[in-house]
Amino acid sequence: MTSQEKIHEITAIANKLRQHIIAMTCAAASGHPGGSLSAADIVAVIYFYLLRHKPADPGWVDRDRFVMSKGHAAPVLYAALAEAGYFPIDYLKTLRRIGSSLQGHVDMLSLPGIEMSTGSLGQGLSAANGMALAARLDKKNYHVYCLLGDGECQEGQVWEAAMTSAHHHLDNLTAIVDRNQYQIDGKVNDIKNLEPFADKWRAFGWQVFSCNGHDVKALIETLEKAAKIKNKPSVIIADTVKGKGVSFMEERPLDYHGKAPSKEEEQAALAQLCQLKDFEI
Amino acid sequence: MTEKIATRDIYGKTLVELGKADPHIVVLDADLAGSTKTVDFAKVFPERFFDMGIAEQDMISTAAGLAACGKIVFASTFAVFGSGRAWDQVRMSVAYTRLNVKIVVTHGGITTGEDGASHQANEDIAIMRALPNMTVIVPADAVQTTQVIRAAAKFYGPMYIRLSRAKTEVIYGDRDLDYQIGRGIVLREGDDVTIFAAGIMVAQALEAAERLQTEGISCEVIDLHTIKPLDKELIIRSAEKTGAVITAEEHSIIGGLGGAVAEVLVENCCVPMARVGIRDTFGESGKPDELLVKYGLTPKDIVFAAQNVIKRKR
Repeated sequence: MTSQEKIHEITAIANKLRQHIIAMTCAAASGHPGGSLSAADIVAVIYFYLLRHKPADPGWVDRDRFVMSKGHAAPVLYAALAEAGYFPIDYLKTLRRIGSSLQGHVDMLSLPGIEMSTGSLGQGLSAANGMALAARLDKKNYHVYCLLGDGECQEGQVWEAAMTSAHHHLDNLTAIVDRNQYQIDGKVNDIKNLEPFADKWRAFGWQVFSCNGHDVKALIETLEKAAKIKNKPSVIIADTVKGKGVSFMEERPLDYHGKAPSKEEEQAALAQLCQLKDFEI
Repeated sequence: MTEKIATRDIYGKTLVELGKADPHIVVLDADLAGSTKTVDFAKVFPERFFDMGIAEQDMISTAAGLAACGKIVFASTFAVFGSGRAWDQVRMSVAYTRLNVKIVVTHGGITTGEDGASHQANEDIAIMRALPNMTVIVPADAVQTTQVIRAAAKFYGPMYIRLSRAKTEVIYGDRDLDYQIGRGIVLREGDDVTIFAAGIMVAQALEAAERLQTEGISCEVIDLHTIKPLDKELIIRSAEKTGAVITAEEHSIIGGLGGAVAEVLVENCCVPMARVGIRDTFGESGKPDELLVKYGLTPKDIVFAAQNVIKRKR
């Protein structure tokens, strides 16, 4: 049973991650705020509750691995790595700047803590499978997490990988889908309908969980349940809101996929995020 | 009659040898293990072999994940699929990440034969060499293939190694072969024209050189097995010596060995050059030998090209 204190702590971290996402994309005048904000609670739970890792030793062989398959959500991952101590928080403002290690889409060669370079959607789950298979070969018990976008699940390779995970009974792998319902050209279900989404994963041989992707307690409980599943991979379909935490981004999810907030928007967004008192978190 | 061995057969055997020596070696295939011969490895090391099924994109990115965890990964399929179907995955999961994945494909070129155009890779060298961080090698025979695969296991980084389906003549049987990635091999010295060749065209080039000799034309024949990184110094040195160049490849004349050599010559040593290869067309079904004739990949074609390029010398 996770303590209320811990839940508060992680919720507060998620809020910090959101502030960083707004600030860094504004500073870069570029980036993907919407899909980063929707994943903030998921990433906070993973990096600050679940993942066995050592920021001072990013190459630690027994570490859990996290693959950000939706590579454009780089801002939320960078924010988490900075808060975890992989690099100074101040460095976040160099996002997308020429010469920066904070590339527009995550780059494993530039930045310690990035397990796989992504950006071209659909490849991360395959890579995560490779890591899970390596763990088995090496008789190691690290866990592999992979965060996908829902739009990303329109890519065929995702389903090739899903077949692989089930075929090899990769119970050391947990996928999470950031089901924020929107892609670039419109609602996911209007462009290429994913429904029945949970059924699809089930049909592919996965243990399927659903939860509110913004409820830290629910995320923790669900991830812990998923970890106990033996002999099949688990997927958590996390229901989220694109732009979560910033009212005008939540209201216009199609506008903030790949558009950074202006200076004025940054002020307004941070005002909303920073005003949350402890008792509200 | 020179011995003929299929380079893919040697690949399978060499993988087993390497697998015995190094437990980090892992092999992937995409439902073609019987053809690519990774089945040999699968029989001895089933726990280190993963048949990914008919899913080449999945195979390549999975290979990347394994490599990220310290494995030395060999991923095999037919050349068309390994280079074409999974190009974006090769680009982003392997080349961009510089991970230690060796994409060893078989059935390169038109000698794939009866399966026809869909299975004949004539553009793969072009699209693989365009990728940064990629090493591209086309071994000429079975002996060289063993050396190449062994060198590949020692070399850290992305590689594309292209083998053929058909049995090919052994060239390096008696020759001393101290194989080095990126170092071209002068098989025959000459003064009138240089023939740069790779893969099965090396044997064709040597045969062409013999015929040209009878006409009093002295050919230098160089095996440029490594298309990337290209042995630029050797290309320039030989071109300066002979003053005329032919390239011969089992590949389109666009973007492959011919394109690569032309790029070097035009920037360093402009000499008349002609490319022997598939002339920007798809292949078709047929017996390998028939296809080589129809598509202009025989010693006769090289002879003809050489005679004409020499006429263009100043």
